[in-house]
Amino acid sequence: MRPSRLSSAQRRRGGSLWLALLTLVLAMYLTILPIPGWPFDYQPPWVVLALLFWCFAAPSRVGVLVGFCVGLMVDVLTGALLGQHALSLSVTAYLAIMLRARIRIFPLWQQTFFVWLILLVERLLTLWAIGATGQPMPPLTYWTPSLIGLFLWPFMSLLLTPMERRVGPR
Amino acid sequence: MLRSAAIKPLFARGPSPTFRVFFAALTALGLIVADHRHQHLEMVRSALAFLTYPVQYAANQPTELVRTTREQLASTHELRVENAELHRENLLLKARLQQFEALEAENIRLRDLLGSSLDLGERVVIAEIMSIELAPYRQQVMVNKGTKSGVFIGQPVLDANAVMGQVVRASPFSSVVLLITDADHALPVEINRNGLRTIAAGTGLSQELELLYIPKNADVRAGDLLVTSGMDGRFPAGYPVARVTTVRQDPDNPFTTVIAAPTARLDRSREVLLVWNLSETSRQQALAGDATKARGSQ
Repeated sequence: MRPSRLSSAQRRRGGSLWLALLTLVLAMYLTILPIPGWPFDYQPPWVVLALLFWCFAAPSRVGVLVGFCVGLMVDVLTGALLGQHALSLSVTAYLAIMLRARIRIFPLWQQTFFVWLILLVERLLTLWAIGATGQPMPPLTYWTPSLIGLFLWPFMSLLLTPMERRVGPR
Repeated sequence: MLRSAAIKPLFARGPSPTFRVFFAALTALGLIVADHRHQHLEMVRSALAFLTYPVQYAANQPTELVRTTREQLASTHELRVENAELHRENLLLKARLQQFEALEAENIRLRDLLGSSLDLGERVVIAEIMSIELAPYRQQVMVNKGTKSGVFIGQPVLDANAVMGQVVRASPFSSVVLLITDADHALPVEINRNGLRTIAAGTGLSQELELLYIPKNADVRAGDLLVTSGMDGRFPAGYPVARVTTVRQDPDNPFTTVIAAPTARLDRSREVLLVWNLSETSRQQALAGDATKARGSQ
């Protein structure tokens, strides 16, 4: 097919992948950006939230593979064990894709609760990888990013519907 | 064309998400095991580091900007004071260096007489710490020199005052340094006062080291300086590491509990020194050269 005959919807969906990748790279940037006086444990889980958002908005584009690749990048960026975040983020993407159709029709508070569960699963898998490889155990504040994500999700879900209308399946 | 591309196919083509996540999880587990147990993945990591370096570079920029702005806003008076201070320090160091060179020469001669091995010296390169959040709960920093500058895994890293840590990951343009205070790090040290050899292990806290297996009757006092013993063949011998802060006898502990504070400014240094030991062959060449010189002078 020649480029001129691409339908506008298709072009928009092609653009959605770039937009998603851009947001994900931005999320990685925010993850490693040091902010004075703002400890790491009290920062939102940028990458996980961005990944969840795009798995919900454009599941045909962003899924397990993107989650895996992003996780690998985060591992290299933060000097963590290779595969640690790749594991947790690909499972996160999978859960988001599988639960998406169900969660989207829930009222907002239930939807947020399920998102929180996914965030907890992500934390749990990373913790398991840390424990299984004998790295030092993190303190209890390790779990705070999931709580921050819980409070951020309602605002993100406001963006979700317009974005879905633009790029997602109809 | 029958089917317009704008209509989303009812059934997704390709492997199902369940298959994909199974495959992804298996791969990730394989990577974790391979990276944890063996050191085979450094190539993969370096290749990926090429992709991630721009992000790290960008993340370092805000801090860099603040730093340069502050430098430019510094008043002439401050600069003059700093200059005078540096001048004085330089003079002091030069004076000490003269003495040091004489002592080193003497030391080499004496060691030569004893026929024992010697550490002739090291090559040093200055690297800058990048302000990047690395894996939390670990004591690690990233520096802006990599394998392109000859950095290798296991290389000792010092700051102006003392030992900081060692390189654990080296990519082309940057490398990750594990600090001596990380809970996974330990290095052999000796007490400068009496030569008692021990191991200084990190605790995961940024200003604390613990000395392992110190007998109850050992001669350790608060204020003792710990220096590297060089027993590991990794850190050059004789560099300061830490100063003992507390010596405590816990009834439930068969050994003395000794806590020391690192002398390196682990959380404040901006520049670090990467050290290359002179290799065994060059050391021998130097020894041989010294021997011929000694014979010539006789």
